[in-house]
Amino acid sequence: MTNSSLRVRAAMLSIALFVAFIGIWHLATRGTGHVGSMSPEYARLMGLTATQGKSAMPGPFDVGAKLWEHLQRPFYDNGPNDKGLGIQLGYSMLRVGLGYLLAVVVAIPLGFLIGMSPLVSRALDPFIQILKPISPLAWMPLALYTIKDSGLSAIFVIFICSVWPMLLNTAFGVAAVREEWINVARTLEVGTLRRAFTVILPAAAPTILTGMRISIGIAWLVIVAAEMLVGGTGIGYFVWNEWNNLSISNVIIAILLIGVVGMLLDQILARFTRMVTFPE
Amino acid sequence: MSTFDDPFDADRRLSRSGCVCGQHGSMGEHDKAGLSLRCEPAPTDEKRYQSVVASAIMREMFPKDAARRAFLKAVGASTALAAISQFFPLQTATEAFADAGAPEKKDLKVGFIPITCATPIIMAAPLGFYAKHGLNVEVVKTAGWAVVRDKTINKEYDAAHMLAPMPLAISLGLGSNPIPFTVPAIENINGQGITLAIKHKDKRDPRDWKGMKFAIPFDYSMHNYLLRYYLAEHGIDPDTDVQLRSVPPPEMVANLRADNIDGFLAPDNICQRAIYDGVGFMHILSKEIWDGHPCCSFAASREFITASPNSFAALTRAIVDATAYASKAENRKQIAEAIAPANYINAPVTVLEQALTGTYADGLGGVKTDPKRVDFDPFPWQSFAVWMLTQMKRWGQIKGDVDYKQVAEQVYLATDTRKVMTDMGLTPPPTSYKSFSVMGKSFDPASPEDYLNSFKIRKAS
Repeated sequence: MTNSSLRVRAAMLSIALFVAFIGIWHLATRGTGHVGSMSPEYARLMGLTATQGKSAMPGPFDVGAKLWEHLQRPFYDNGPNDKGLGIQLGYSMLRVGLGYLLAVVVAIPLGFLIGMSPLVSRALDPFIQILKPISPLAWMPLALYTIKDSGLSAIFVIFICSVWPMLLNTAFGVAAVREEWINVARTLEVGTLRRAFTVILPAAAPTILTGMRISIGIAWLVIVAAEMLVGGTGIGYFVWNEWNNLSISNVIIAILLIGVVGMLLDQILARFTRMVTFPE
Repeated sequence: MSTFDDPFDADRRLSRSGCVCGQHGSMGEHDKAGLSLRCEPAPTDEKRYQSVVASAIMREMFPKDAARRAFLKAVGASTALAAISQFFPLQTATEAFADAGAPEKKDLKVGFIPITCATPIIMAAPLGFYAKHGLNVEVVKTAGWAVVRDKTINKEYDAAHMLAPMPLAISLGLGSNPIPFTVPAIENINGQGITLAIKHKDKRDPRDWKGMKFAIPFDYSMHNYLLRYYLAEHGIDPDTDVQLRSVPPPEMVANLRADNIDGFLAPDNICQRAIYDGVGFMHILSKEIWDGHPCCSFAASREFITASPNSFAALTRAIVDATAYASKAENRKQIAEAIAPANYINAPVTVLEQALTGTYADGLGGVKTDPKRVDFDPFPWQSFAVWMLTQMKRWGQIKGDVDYKQVAEQVYLATDTRKVMTDMGLTPPPTSYKSFSVMGKSFDPASPEDYLNSFKIRKAS
């Protein structure tokens, strides 16, 4: 009972915060209304900010109207540089998916190796520590220059940025499997491969999936930056294209969508994590 | 000056002895006409090609001028045309000529930066200039100059919109590995401007600009060289007295609004956009620094030309064609509407219209008119390249000696473009070098080193 009342109160607080946010936003962007006098001929050539004192920042209702417009036709295609938001998000998710899968394929076996062998772990540690904190934007020029293909470069950047949390978590999870379980397996004369799959993998799974969850978040962070640079398609390109036109409403909409999709991806991984979690 | 003359005109000389283009009595007359430099296209292309073909046929049939004149005088031009059409398939010959070798590669990708300088490259897609020359071109919007450079070098783009100095820089290996690049056509002349923040509206004398921060689109840009030139002529050393920052054009307006910069020399629609949004005013148009300066270019790698010469030729024809169309003032409104959507430049039509038609709000409450605010002229003058090289050296981008003429001739394909233009029935200028003056100081392409040494303010090397 207390639990459900807490939920209701939390929801009410969320709504109140949202309303307050929209209200402040609306008030802050109402516009100054202060306009100097100008000839009609001159005014015809000028934008609304200059002629009507409209705020350069769009208000919540402008953004809402624009969002409605986008939601009505999410899949239009007006040529190579102008596609609907649905298509753009699709491209971004495809890139993230490819880069992320590649990272999974590399990070989990390598993580196992590192976790099971203290020697490899120590040898690789300095490299991992140095490569881990590098920003995606720093990788981009190097990738473009060496891979010579912007699409592959974007995927590479996602791969290189999302591989580390998975790698470290896998290694940590594998190394932290309780000694008794390994010993039991050893007493029963279980082979190395079988031991890895039937004892270590299930035991380390929650940690590995936590790493994967962190990684998907990073991959989604990276995609926007990468697409802003390479252009062409994707939600990052959409942000850049609308920024080019100084269309802040569209940029805000894109930010909102990036947040929503990021949350969905995170929730999916969270569900998987719960599935493999076991009580000790 | 008519770009195409009538081969059935009895008084016209068919021999090419008069001048290189054959339309003038003497070389002197031709040069005079060439100085006006505008390429006016014939009424329609079919007519133009037909005339070029007919000219050739008449020349073949009557190698002697006297005989041809007699024939034309005797039967009349229209009868002559009808008579020739009887036994010579003029229509087929014209079509064959217009095709001029099937392109090796039909599906091409051309990169562009969303500014009005790219007008011919962009509009050629929606207005069908690429299709007319047998190409299926996808014009791809690109995030910045460095990305355009890398994508073209990586062959993701077959050709691209670049700032006029970029192909020179790429060929010389400045800012990248040296890769031979070429410029078959200049995109636009003029069309840039110095925009200042509204708060500087009483600071119109550049001598008062010490300590200010300016944005330019790229280091290897005419914008950089023109702004430095302008400042230096007013006694401001651009390296020590002011700050110049390379900023992507859309961020310029935002930075100007946020007071991070005091002004910029930028391509249009950016200048006009700052005015439209009420954050800046037009200090001067770039044409007041150098009337007729080049800005952006259409560039392709040498490798692309070698691998697909016919595609390249068709592409050049399409661009020259589009440029000629864009140079006509009456077409500018239509062009503004064609290139404004999100797929192309993505800007308000009013802004593009002001930039292209030259009737614009100046940001201080006045409406100004200058039909030559931006203009389009494809001919890649090699003297432009020489001038840019002098400025690259002046500001320390080129260190050591450079063979101005050789670089200019390798990169700026004046000879090839002249041939393409002649084939299309246009009248390109007969020479590849011309002198011009920048802020009243004349430039002689024959002695670049002297020109360079005549500047007091330059980067100490």
